[in-house]
Amino acid sequence: MPRQDAAVRAKNFKEVATGYTPEMAAEEASRCIQCPKRPCVEGCPVNVDIPEFIKAVREGKMADAVTVLKNKNALPGVCGRVCPQESQCEAKCTLLKQKAPVAIGRLERYVADWETKNKASMPPGAPLPPPTGKKVAVIGSGPAGLTAAADLAKKGHRVTIFEALHVGGGVLMYGIPEFRLPKEIVQNEINFVKSLGVELVLDAVIGKTDTIDELLNSGYDAVFLGTGAGLPMFLGVPGENANGIYSANEWLTRTNLMKAYLFPTYDTPLHVGKKVAVIGGGNVAMDGARCALRLGAEEVYIVYRRSEAELPARREEVENAMEEGIIFKFLTNPTRFLDDGKGWVTGMECVEMELGEPDASGRRRPIVKKGSEFVMNINTVVVALGTTPNPLIAATTDGLNTTSHGTVIADEHTGKTVKDKVWAGGDIVTGAATVISAMGAGKRAAADIDKYLTSL
Amino acid sequence: MTKLYKILTAKTLVPNIHLFLFDAPRIARKAKAGQFVVLTKDEKGERIPLTIADSDAKAGTVTIVFMEVGKTTRELGLLKTGDSIMSLTGPLGLPTHIENYGTVVCVAGGFAVAPVMPIARALKQAGNKVISILGARNKELIFWEDELRNVSDKLIVTTDDGSYGRKALVTEPLKEILENGEKISLVVAIGPSIMMKFCAKTTQPFGVKTIVSLNPIMVDGTGMCGCCRVSVGGQTKFACVDGPDFDAHQVDWDLLAARQRTYVEEEKQAMENWQCQCGKHS
Ligand SMILES: Cc1cc2nc3c(=O)[nH]c(=O)nc-3n(C[C@H](O)[C@H](O)[C@H](O)COP(=O)(O)OP(=O)(O)OC[C@H]3O[C@@H](n4cnc5c(N)ncnc54)[C@H](O)[C@@H]3O)c2cc1C
Ligand SMILES: Cc1cc2nc3c(=O)[nH]c(=O)nc-3n(C[C@H](O)[C@H](O)[C@H](O)COP(=O)(O)OP(=O)(O)OC[C@H]3O[C@@H](n4cnc5c(N)ncnc54)[C@H](O)[C@@H]3O)c2cc1C
Ligand code: FES
Repeated sequence: MPRQDAAVRAKNFKEVATGYTPEMAAEEASRCIQCPKRPCVEGCPVNVDIPEFIKAVREGKMADAVTVLKNKNALPGVCGRVCPQESQCEAKCTLLKQKAPVAIGRLERYVADWETKNKASMPPGAPLPPPTGKKVAVIGSGPAGLTAAADLAKKGHRVTIFEALHVGGGVLMYGIPEFRLPKEIVQNEINFVKSLGVELVLDAVIGKTDTIDELLNSGYDAVFLGTGAGLPMFLGVPGENANGIYSANEWLTRTNLMKAYLFPTYDTPLHVGKKVAVIGGGNVAMDGARCALRLGAEEVYIVYRRSEAELPARREEVENAMEEGIIFKFLTNPTRFLDDGKGWVTGMECVEMELGEPDASGRRRPIVKKGSEFVMNINTVVVALGTTPNPLIAATTDGLNTTSHGTVIADEHTGKTVKDKVWAGGDIVTGAATVISAMGAGKRAAADIDKYLTSL
Repeated sequence: MTKLYKILTAKTLVPNIHLFLFDAPRIARKAKAGQFVVLTKDEKGERIPLTIADSDAKAGTVTIVFMEVGKTTRELGLLKTGDSIMSLTGPLGLPTHIENYGTVVCVAGGFAVAPVMPIARALKQAGNKVISILGARNKELIFWEDELRNVSDKLIVTTDDGSYGRKALVTEPLKEILENGEKISLVVAIGPSIMMKFCAKTTQPFGVKTIVSLNPIMVDGTGMCGCCRVSVGGQTKFACVDGPDFDAHQVDWDLLAARQRTYVEEEKQAMENWQCQCGKHS
């Protein structure tokens, strides 16, 4: 798939990959052998009818391709861009054993983008069923909430989404940067969900503005919790509150949601030093580092305590980051931050690590090398160690069960919590995971909520 | 798509300090003394926190009072009755803990008579004897004197230049009250960080519990970014969800002051950029 040149794109916030041309899409679609076993569909957490949509692309029936895709996936433009297809549908592709798997994700993206450009030529969607008179409150407008809302609205239930921020979309808006996922695409997909009759109430922090029990008492028949894992973790080492040390959430929210890269046209500032160190090795760390580069930093480091093989980020994003000039410091762990006496971070004391026996996660455990302390001079730090669910909902709702990590306990197949009339899914249940797993959870919960509502 | 929050009344209380009365029933229903809202003027605006100075659940209204200090507050100062803003979220933060302590002192510095009002009122309603101290730079900057007097058993007014009330900093009458022998069970001090810090220093030798409302830079106001971290008793707290009220004697004031200065350069740039674009307003 064509991409902007690495040296050029490292200086702008435009999308890195520019997408297939029609010819490329037709050629890639014709590689699919339409095998009867359809293993790719099983590899997809929301079971998109992959061979069918690819067949439609091959035959040039683009509107049909859109319909097939959207039948199972309300957010194809998002998934085509950020899903880890390499470990899902494409990992199951029959062609994998022979040569490269069909590039399902890229075709999905192509179809979604075709729809955006050709809205007018799309046939009207299936009419909505008559209203059931049942009301559902969906908390959070990330992929879990949007998916649950869309599926419930398609069954005729009246759905209201309550979102804490002033914009819907969750991590898709505040976390994942414009150059990987243009915000216009996210807003288009939200508009699609709204076109199904879903109401989106912004600026509503559930637990503060209303509690779950107040919603249930005010006429909602069921509640779906899709509030994600929004609480940032810090290292807990000395000096971490110095100026210039950001959580990845703050760094990315200022950049993406508040558009600090357009400061001062947009009001939200960000202080970008010449040398930026991003701590962590996941997608969030890659995004933080690549934003730093685009915001004008001269040297950007990824500091990760294990080795390259253990990086949890998608391979594609690691390669993108390396190509753009991000410097990787593996087997390195910060132990202390140094400042200039006026409160600004100037350096980071680190230790070198080596890998020992595998730990509970199956990855080899990093162990400190004795006497390996050294100082990295840096002006900005982004801490991307991961997130856990914000405790607000659990603290203000009686009768929810949570784990020691703060995640809400819900049935794996139905999303049902132990609390009457309350379901949950996405990162709030699993901890930080993926867009598509959150969507899958939203879908399963919607099916179970629908079953419950129709039994009333 | 975005809902607009209407300013039912906009008025300038004293030079550079403005009041907005918002139509915001969802927030008004829940607001308690000590809580705040985060507001965004428009699509390009930043999210800024402002304390809820008053709320009326029946009328569905929320009052905020703000001082012009930088680009966003200057720009807000230009809005008129009938204008709307893009976003208003709340009530955020933990409410001030109210109970019958006995005799309490409420100290308000500058614009902070606004955030102190609902707390003083709630303390009074809970049965406390409320002594209030209202301090300002000069006479021109004093507002809500009568309102605060109405919810206090005693009100002391000070100005830095002596143009009204007593010529003193708020810490002077505060110290005298503590020395007087009457048992003071709680001091609530809200105002500029430096004032809160000195109130804390004043009460510490007397061992009187002192609550301050911290004002670090915030973004979301819901515990999601950690921008608002403060150190209290050696522990890192997120002021937006763990506060904004904290035990004044435990606060790391130097850290707060340093973090508040994070964007001094950028704030200057924003201001200059805005002033050249709309020179007529500056
Ligand atoms: C920087 C970054 C990059 C990522 N990259 C990828 C990627 O490439 N591929 C991939 O598959 N996944 C990626 N992920 C993970 C993915 O984005 C998440 O797993 C997914 O968004 C989780 O969806 P969700 O609906 O559960 O929660 P979220 O997307 O977190 O949405 C939750 C929503 O609920 C709102 N909310 C929270 N509390 C309340 C409340 N009390 N009241 C009302 N609303 C509330 C939040 O404001 C938010 O809008 C990335 C994550 C980050 C942070
Ligand atoms: C919980 C809380 C309640 C507050 N209540 C009030 C109130 O009732 N009335 C009032 O006048 N002010 C209040 N403030 C302060 C108010 O938020 C800032 O004055 C305002 O954000 C300044 O924005 P600006 O663009 O005009 O100024 P800028 O030029 O951007 O900044 C001036 C100074 O204000 C502070 N500031 C800047 N941005 C923010 C931000 N996003 N969040 C917090 N502080 C910031 C910084 O310390 C900065 O140095 C409160 C702050 C907090 C945290
Ligand atoms: S303002 Fe973001 S966590 Fe407090």
